[in-house]
Formats: sequence, structure tokens, C-alpha cells
Amino acid sequence: MKIKKSVLRRNLEGYMFISPFIVGFLVFTFGPLIASFYLSFCDYNILEPPRWVGLGNYKTLLFRDPLFWKSLYNTVYYTIFSVPLGTALALMLAMMLNQKIPGQAILRTVYYLPCIVPIIASSVLWVQIFNPQWGLLNMFLRKLGLPEPGWLISETWAKPALIIMSLWAIGGAIIIFLAGLQGIPDHLYESAEIDGAGAIQKFFHITLPMLSPTIFFLVVMGVIGSFQVFTQAYVMTGGGPLDSTRFYILYLFNQAFEFFHMGYGCAMAWILFAIILAVTYLQFRYLSKFGYYEAE
Amino acid sequence: MAQYYLKKKWRERIKIGVILLILLIGAIPFLMPLVWLISTSLKTTDQIFTYPPKWIPKPVAWRNYIEIFSYMPFLSYFKNTMIITVTTLIGVILSSSLIAYGFARIKFFGSKVLFMVLLSTIMLPPQVTMIPLYILFSKLKWVDTLLPLTVPYFFGNAFFVFLLKQFFHTIPVELEDAARIDGCTTLGIYWRIAMPLCKPALAAVAIFQFQFAWSDFMGPLIYLSSEEKKTLALGLQNFLTIHGGEWHLLMAASTLMILPVILVFFTAQRYFIRGVILSGLKG
Repeated sequence: MKIKKSVLRRNLEGYMFISPFIVGFLVFTFGPLIASFYLSFCDYNILEPPRWVGLGNYKTLLFRDPLFWKSLYNTVYYTIFSVPLGTALALMLAMMLNQKIPGQAILRTVYYLPCIVPIIASSVLWVQIFNPQWGLLNMFLRKLGLPEPGWLISETWAKPALIIMSLWAIGGAIIIFLAGLQGIPDHLYESAEIDGAGAIQKFFHITLPMLSPTIFFLVVMGVIGSFQVFTQAYVMTGGGPLDSTRFYILYLFNQAFEFFHMGYGCAMAWILFAIILAVTYLQFRYLSKFGYYEAE
Repeated sequence: MAQYYLKKKWRERIKIGVILLILLIGAIPFLMPLVWLISTSLKTTDQIFTYPPKWIPKPVAWRNYIEIFSYMPFLSYFKNTMIITVTTLIGVILSSSLIAYGFARIKFFGSKVLFMVLLSTIMLPPQVTMIPLYILFSKLKWVDTLLPLTVPYFFGNAFFVFLLKQFFHTIPVELEDAARIDGCTTLGIYWRIAMPLCKPALAAVAIFQFQFAWSDFMGPLIYLSSEEKKTLALGLQNFLTIHGGEWHLLMAASTLMILPVILVFFTAQRYFIRGVILSGLKG
């Protein structure tokens, strides 16, 4: 009887400690999740009660809304360039910053600094940098006698501009790579050197395989993050020119909070969720294979 | 043999020299935008639109930093951002540590399943729940108040719970057992023993939350509409749409918004970096 009492007490205590999670989960996650799923099958503008339309929203999105496909294309375009380029650049910089060079701490700080700048402040800054006439970038290109793209006002160059801007803030990935590099035991490199391995061989046979979990993590998180790109486009281009930077979440936001097509927005959110789950699953399936075992 | 080592030493030196050179050149595009930001924020209008650009403003227009206060309610923006940041910081630290301690130290029925549920919420894109949450808060008449941007943070954040739980596991149980024998309650042990020992992890959580709350744009964009409720992020965006041509003022306002983040970075650099690394080890 006494044991039972203490078990009961422990359970009670446990639930008391995690009670904020349980309440928060039910109110702010689980409830809205169910509501969102239900609303994705409805017409809903907040003012009138939701009206059931079955698969209507999904059908419209997939078959009758070219902007939906455009926004998906823009987002995939952005992701395909910004994530691999960002990861490769971060790895290269991390490997160099990992060497015993004079001024190492200062250099690391310089490369890290841009990524702590609030996104809204960097958007304001980069709008001016991309200014075709007086922006820093085109003034630099002018000096070199190179062609000067219109960047944010050009349908072709607006997405590349935002990709360039994303490469500016790779400091977080550099730090994570540095931690990964420091976790590679020195003796692996030493024994490779004795065997006569050059720098390139060491990179492909030691560094890359040993870092593969880190690379995998950064790519997976990077893809999820860049699928949710929003603020830059909202602030810098408003989705233009000609919808060339209308990214998925921006379009979702337009639909839900500007046109008050709440049901339509919910359907978009669920499609995004399905895409992210599928892409993440595929990455786990195919990317995680290139792994650790090569080093063994 | 000696010659071999001598050659190797020289090769090493050349390698370091080349790397240093690449890193110095590579640092230019990373640093230049920020230098340009500060430089432009101290220029008069006629100095901005010149080619080639001048890096050092002459005369230095310090008054830009005073002028922005007459262009927008900067202090009110600052105050609102500060209220949100500090409140969510307290909320996140208290709730996430409490939840993390429960999962780390108390064996209760269903704890494993509930922890899996918690972890799975990290994967959920916030956009899926965004619309119903807006509807919920508008029914509660919380729209255009700071409540939707603060209250939810008192119910734990899955990622922070995960971080703190990992950290609680590294604290020796013996310490807590000793306190229990002395008659300390579980809540007392959590507050007086586990929490003080958990300071480095709490610092990392605090820095993450500070950065997030300070920079958050979408949350305030959805919930705040009246001028006196707006945050710095919203105010800056507003300023850009209305006075897009006033580069010197825009840059001055941006600099002021970045400044606190930079200050926190340089005072707590160690925790900052450790936090980023911890977040990377999650995978």
C-alpha cells in the first residue's frame, strides 16, 4: 500500500512538472492542427461560419491556380541553389578557419557576424545594396566594367539576388562545421599522411565521410528552413517583379491574411507540410547513405 | 631526413599564408555590407548618391540618429520589442526548464510517449497551425495586443526542452539525492540545485530566444496593427515602405536595431557559440 502511494505521488509530480507542455500542446498545437485540417476543406473568411467544400480548395490549388505552382517553383528554385551553395561555402570556410592561422578568432567573428543581424535589418540593408544605380554591388561591378543586372527589379535576377543574400548569413553553418571538424581525431590524418595521402585524398577519404552526419543535418534543416522563406521577399520585393519572388509562404500569407481565404491558406499549409515530410523522408532515405561507414 | 622536415616546414608556412590570403579576401564581402551600413547611416543625403562611393562620411552626420526619432515612434517600437523579448525570455526559461526537468528526472507513466510527441512538434511547420491560432486569438480579442506574442511562450518550447533535458542528464543524481534526504521537495531540488547547475544551457536558451524575439517579423506582422503596439521589426519595414529613399535614416534605424544583438553577442560570445553547436548536435 505504501509503495503504491509513492508511485502515485511520483506520477502526479511528473505530470505537474510537464503540465505546461500538456496544456500548451493541446491549446496551441493539437487543437489548431485539427482545426487547420478541418478548415482546409472549408471556405472560411472569419466573419461568416466555415462552409464545407470538400476537396474544393485542394482541387483549385492543384488544377486551377497557376500562382500556386509558380510560388512552389520559386521556392524550389531558391532552395536548390541556396542550400547546396551555402553548405559547400560554409564547409570550405570552416576548413580554412580551422587551420592555425594568425588572427583566427577575429576572422571567425567576421564570418559569423552577418548571421546574427535581424532578418528585417539585413533586408533593409540589402535592398540598398541591390539598388541598380547607387547600390554597393552594382557600383562594384561598374568599377570592374562588368554588366550590371537590375537585381530586385529584374524578373531574372530577383531570385539570384535573394540567394546571394542568403549566402551572406552562413555563419551558423560555419560554426557547426567547425565543431564537427574539431571532432575528427588527428590520428586519422596522421596515418593517412604516413600512407602518402595528399590534401585532396585526405579531404575525400577522411574529412568528408567524417563530417557526413553534420552535412546531412545542415542540408535537412536548411531545406526545411528555406521552404519557409518569407520575410526577405515580403519586405524587399513584395513578391515581385511579376511574382518572380512570390515564395510559397508569402503566397500563403497573401491568401490567408490579405484576402482572408483562411480555408485556402490551411490547405496550402497542409500541402507544404506534406512536401516537407516527403523531402525530408527522401533525404533520410538517400542522403544519409553516404555516410560514416566509408571511414571505417 | 632533416632536409625533409625543413621542406615540410616551409610547405606548411606557404599553405598557411595562402589560406590566410584567401580568408582575408573572402572576409571582404562578409564585412563590407555592415561597414557600408554604418557609413551610410552617418552620411548626408548628397553624400549617399555619389559614384564612386565614399566610405568615410565627411562631414559626419550624427544628427541622423536624432532625426529618426522624429520620423517614427522609435522609443515606442523599442519599448514594445523589449517587453516581448523580456517576457518571452522569462516564459521560455521557466516553462521549458520545468518540463525538461520533469522528463529528465521523474519516471512517470507515459513519459516516453509524451516526450516523443513533444519532439515531433519540432518537425511541424508553424504555418500549419498559424491560421487557427489567429482565429483563436481573434475570438479571444487578443489581436492587436502583445498577448499572442507572449502568452504561448509560457507553455514550453520543444527544442529548448530537448536541449535542457540533455543538460539535466549530465548533472550527477547523487547531488539531488543528498538534498532529498535533507528533506528538500522535488520542486525545491529543481529550483535550488538543478537550475543553478544548468546555467550554461539556460544562457544558450536565453540567447536563442532573445535573438528570435528581437528579430521576429511574421508574428508581429500578423497580430499587431496599431502604431503604438508595433515592434522595431514592423516599424522598420513600415519606414522602408514610406521613406524608402531616405537611406541615411533607414541605415541609422537598422544600426540601432542591430546594436543590442551585437552587444549581447560580444558579451556572451562563449554561450552564443556553444548554443549554436548544441543546436547542431540535435541531428
